[in-house]
Amino acid sequence: MKEAFEILDHTADIGIIAYGTDFEKLFSNAGLALFSLITDLGSIEEKLHLDLEVRSEDRDSLVVDWLNELIYCFDSKHVLFNRFVIETMTHSALKATCYGEDFDPNKHRIKTGVKAATYHMLRLDRDDNGYKAQIILDI
Amino acid sequence: MTQWQGQFIKIDDYRWKIPEDYKSGMRVPGLVYASKGMLESIREEQTPEQVANVAFLPGIVGCSLAMPDIHWGYGFPIGGVAATDTKDGVISPGGVGYDINCGVRLLSTSLNESEVRPRIDQLINALFHNVPSGLGSEGKIRISQKDMNQLMIEGARWAVKRGLGMDEDLDATEEGGCLTGADPSKVSDRAVKRGMPQAGTLGSGNHFLEIQEVKEIFDTQIASVMGITDIGQVLVLIHTGSRGLGHQVCTDHLRTMEQAVASYGIELPDRQLACAPLESREGHDYLGAMACAANYAWANRQCIAHWVRESFCEVLGKSFDRLGMRQIYDVAHNIAKIEEHTVNGRTVKVCVHRKGATRAFPAGHKDTPRRYKEVGQPVLVPGDMGRCSFVAVGTQRAMSETFGSTCHGAGRILSRGAAKRSIRGADIVRELGSRGILVKAGSISALAEEASQAYKDVAEVIDVVHQAGISRKVAVATPIAVIKG
Repeated sequence: MKEAFEILDHTADIGIIAYGTDFEKLFSNAGLALFSLITDLGSIEEKLHLDLEVRSEDRDSLVVDWLNELIYCFDSKHVLFNRFVIETMTHSALKATCYGEDFDPNKHRIKTGVKAATYHMLRLDRDDNGYKAQIILDI
Repeated sequence: MTQWQGQFIKIDDYRWKIPEDYKSGMRVPGLVYASKGMLESIREEQTPEQVANVAFLPGIVGCSLAMPDIHWGYGFPIGGVAATDTKDGVISPGGVGYDINCGVRLLSTSLNESEVRPRIDQLINALFHNVPSGLGSEGKIRISQKDMNQLMIEGARWAVKRGLGMDEDLDATEEGGCLTGADPSKVSDRAVKRGMPQAGTLGSGNHFLEIQEVKEIFDTQIASVMGITDIGQVLVLIHTGSRGLGHQVCTDHLRTMEQAVASYGIELPDRQLACAPLESREGHDYLGAMACAANYAWANRQCIAHWVRESFCEVLGKSFDRLGMRQIYDVAHNIAKIEEHTVNGRTVKVCVHRKGATRAFPAGHKDTPRRYKEVGQPVLVPGDMGRCSFVAVGTQRAMSETFGSTCHGAGRILSRGAAKRSIRGADIVRELGSRGILVKAGSISALAEEASQAYKDVAEVIDVVHQAGISRKVAVATPIAVIKG
């Protein structure tokens, strides 16, 4: 079994590679990878949950839109997540419950500010172990 | 990352061409401004391929241009300039970037570094206190949705009207600090929600506030017009942009353009280059929203400049007038502008995308501010925090070759991860301290990402644009104290 995600170096920005045996796991791990860049995942406690719904054109765009939705939540609502349950999913839409807590500057060390998930070098692949998604983030 | 395998054709020591037939689909050639030595590092990644990809944009005229600080971006390279004909060309949000109107503002003072150094700790603490910075930081100004609409329409003037600055600042700002055509109805609620609490904040990442001293003046006559007269003179540089508002405007409109690409039958080699005709609903909507974000950024830098002045007055116990805190200039580094240029002897209206590039209009140009009419528009080129920053001016050659554009900074050579692995933030603070540079940062560990080693030497970048004649260097300043978000 592969790890949940990896962080990828990119000169101007930073990338993530998420793995999953199915799409639900893949999307959940992409969310974890994103928040691992923002802060230490271990410092986030599960104190609240938020239901999110994302609609898109296709599966590739869906992973970008999903991450942009999470970035928006952090930037506008100041919420940090460390667990995602993808409740339902089609090739172009998903419903998810995200667990975490409000950002607390005394408790959470912010490592990186993420502006957006991009389409640049975006890849969604399948191999014998499952699925793999590569997304470059603008930071 | 694999090396770029294509060939550059040498035009002269500072100009390298990627011919139109390098790749099928290119509408114009690529033109890279660089020294021979720089080409090797430019080649190490697929940056030249991105220059070639930009040449696919419908309606592109002249060349797909790359400045010497070019580095690998997403879709467009950073340090790229592309002009598209407004009649049959496109606009691409990726050609502006996520941080719309990320830019710099330079203030002069009549102080000498010897007057400032003894008070530097107090000054930096006052600045750190008065200018909100860092991630999750919120502004000191509380604004309503109605205020926000006004701010997006008026730009820097919005702040001046509220007592944060003066009319003279607007004259020393690109576009007078206000891009026309701003249409708040094209900015999503999400973008407004991200932007509202962040108005008047520095942000994080590569954004900074720097107290500098003038180290060398290359052109005394032009420098004196700017108010730069003495070695050791203290300047203040502010580098920030449109914060979450700009990021969300880019995200939203890229999404719309993604769909537009197919409906207008545009073929592109990279999804991130998504675009729509300038003369289309999608094109107009983006221009209207982009102008809002650009104006937000100008208002942002206007507020910050005011608090910088207040901090200096507070610590040094003099009025900012007596401290000679005039604004030298404010330029955008990430923007798309509708401008008139001469292409093949014909005057055409084009949309100039400058992504990590600076407008560099010459003396006499109608949009060069009155104060600089005789010398050319000031160009502000910050380097990394351990080295120096340059002041230059635009030239006629920039006008005829690069749609009045030049470089914007040092340009990254190491990824943030690689920088962090090779150097620790705490070591940087110590090392800079030993050279008389005080650093205060929201996150010390993130400092490593911005270490000198992660960037090209800005002096080499400036030398190329100066030698190539697309700008003329005027002065160089080095940091005394730096605030990083």
